[in-house]
Amino acid sequence: MKITEKEVEYVAKLARLYVSDEEKEKLTKDMSAIIEFADTLSKIDTDGVAPAAHAIPVQNVFREDVVKDSYKRDDILKNAPEKEAGCFSVPKVVE
Amino acid sequence: MNYEAVIGIEVHAELSTDTKIYCSCANKFGGEINTHCCPVCTGMPGTLPVLNGKVVDYAIKAGLAMNCDINKNSKQDRKNYFYPDLPKAYQISQFDLPLCKDGYIDITVDGEKKRIGVTRIHIEEDAGKLMHDVTPDSSLIDYNRCGVPLIEIVSEPDMRSAKEAEEYLNTLKAILQYINVSDCKMQEGSLRCDVNVSVRPVGQKEYGVRSEMKNVSTFSGVLRGIDYEINRHIEILEAGGVVEQETRRWDDGKGISVSLRSKEDAHDYRYFPEPDLMPIIIADEKIEKLKNELPELPHIKRDRYMEQYGLPEYDATQLTTLKATADFFELVIAAGASPKAASNWIMGDIWRIMNEKYMLIEDLPFSAKQLADMIALIDSGTISNTAAKQVIENMFETAKDPAVIIEDLGLKQVNDESEILSIIDTVIEQNPKSIEDFKGGKGNVAGFLIGQVMRMSKGKANPQTVNKLINEKLAKL
Repeated sequence: MKITEKEVEYVAKLARLYVSDEEKEKLTKDMSAIIEFADTLSKIDTDGVAPAAHAIPVQNVFREDVVKDSYKRDDILKNAPEKEAGCFSVPKVVE
Repeated sequence: MNYEAVIGIEVHAELSTDTKIYCSCANKFGGEINTHCCPVCTGMPGTLPVLNGKVVDYAIKAGLAMNCDINKNSKQDRKNYFYPDLPKAYQISQFDLPLCKDGYIDITVDGEKKRIGVTRIHIEEDAGKLMHDVTPDSSLIDYNRCGVPLIEIVSEPDMRSAKEAEEYLNTLKAILQYINVSDCKMQEGSLRCDVNVSVRPVGQKEYGVRSEMKNVSTFSGVLRGIDYEINRHIEILEAGGVVEQETRRWDDGKGISVSLRSKEDAHDYRYFPEPDLMPIIIADEKIEKLKNELPELPHIKRDRYMEQYGLPEYDATQLTTLKATADFFELVIAAGASPKAASNWIMGDIWRIMNEKYMLIEDLPFSAKQLADMIALIDSGTISNTAAKQVIENMFETAKDPAVIIEDLGLKQVNDESEILSIIDTVIEQNPKSIEDFKGGKGNVAGFLIGQVMRMSKGKANPQTVNKLINEKLAKL
């Protein structure tokens, strides 16, 4: 399957990436190569193989519903790019 | 032209687990800002989610209560989008293998039963809370709610009016409260609705173009929003226009819906299986066990109350909406009261006083047995209905046994005919005009005299006896 420049633009927009024309050209080639590589997988005969969401056969990994200490607010805010009034602060978003 | 509305609703219900869905932070409303947070629920790189087992149990219970099939092979998926209330830039949800599917809820509208399909119920995480109005140039975020477990209950487009939507939501809420998986506190955002509305000419098979109102947080908003959208669509169609498929926001203050322009970008959530979480495999024994834990559900209880106790539909519905009310009612009956009398007292004076005191039925100071005792005292003629109202008031204050209160307040009913006759004589003596009126053919004299006698006896005279004796007296005149 070939990837078009339009698809690269679309994926870049969804990922909030701004790419130059040069990058776009290179990305189009790279992504095509990746998708083509993945295409080889679809040549494998999977008749009689149940679909799986994971490669390893592990299931039902659950946690007990028991409260543990959360982080102190000052600590959790240490990773905030900006903070204000005990909150994470981001550029204004209004729907 | 006549139009028919087609309505489908997605309900997001916060589950009342102790902890969040993927980490051990407290799932609690109203904490100090950003104090129920850890690296997992704030989406720090390198952290891994671990699913809270209770979330799965609660979702399956909801599914069973809504007659769903349980997917024995289920998984979680990533829904990708950028919005700062979601720090990971994706929400963990379920895409093609929801825990529950193909169920239904039966509702009753104007005495008619109707079945509303439940397409699916899946688990997902809630997002944080954004505040846009605190600072001029930034939005502030509280992540306490981020990672709170939700179930999303998606209905089929089976509803045809706001009234049906109201019944659907009331029934759904009652079920969730009965099975104790969500507290359903609308004012705390525990239940939020997305409402899809379209209209089509009556008789047309194909659906019209729908609009979706997101995140409506009150039932009354849902109902007003539905009526608003129905009218808006019809107006567009009548004017020869075309309804646009779009997402809208319900403005409850203004009573209108507004288009959300930002959603013009086509959404592409690029769902894919969540690599950090393992598949959920549900054993038959687990489904059986959870099924056995379900209580009698509200609509089944309501039907039983009508059938077994002969209660009117209104009473049966009111009494079964909250499980605590139904439990209390059944205890009163078990203690010997007649169902209709118990229903009248609970839905009458008791609810009135509870409302005045902002009290829940769980917090009543007296027991179901005490209420049954009081009803028995009315039945035996020991107190009148009027006096019983005072007894109830007093039970709220003192929690004493009704017999003691009757003694304390001297409320014992006077049944003795000679005693009542002497009061009647006094009343007639004091009201000669009413006797003349009676002789002159005016009709309502008996009623007036009965009222006077009851007053003079301080409500203690047996009203039936008073009624009988006064009519006898007047007949002899």
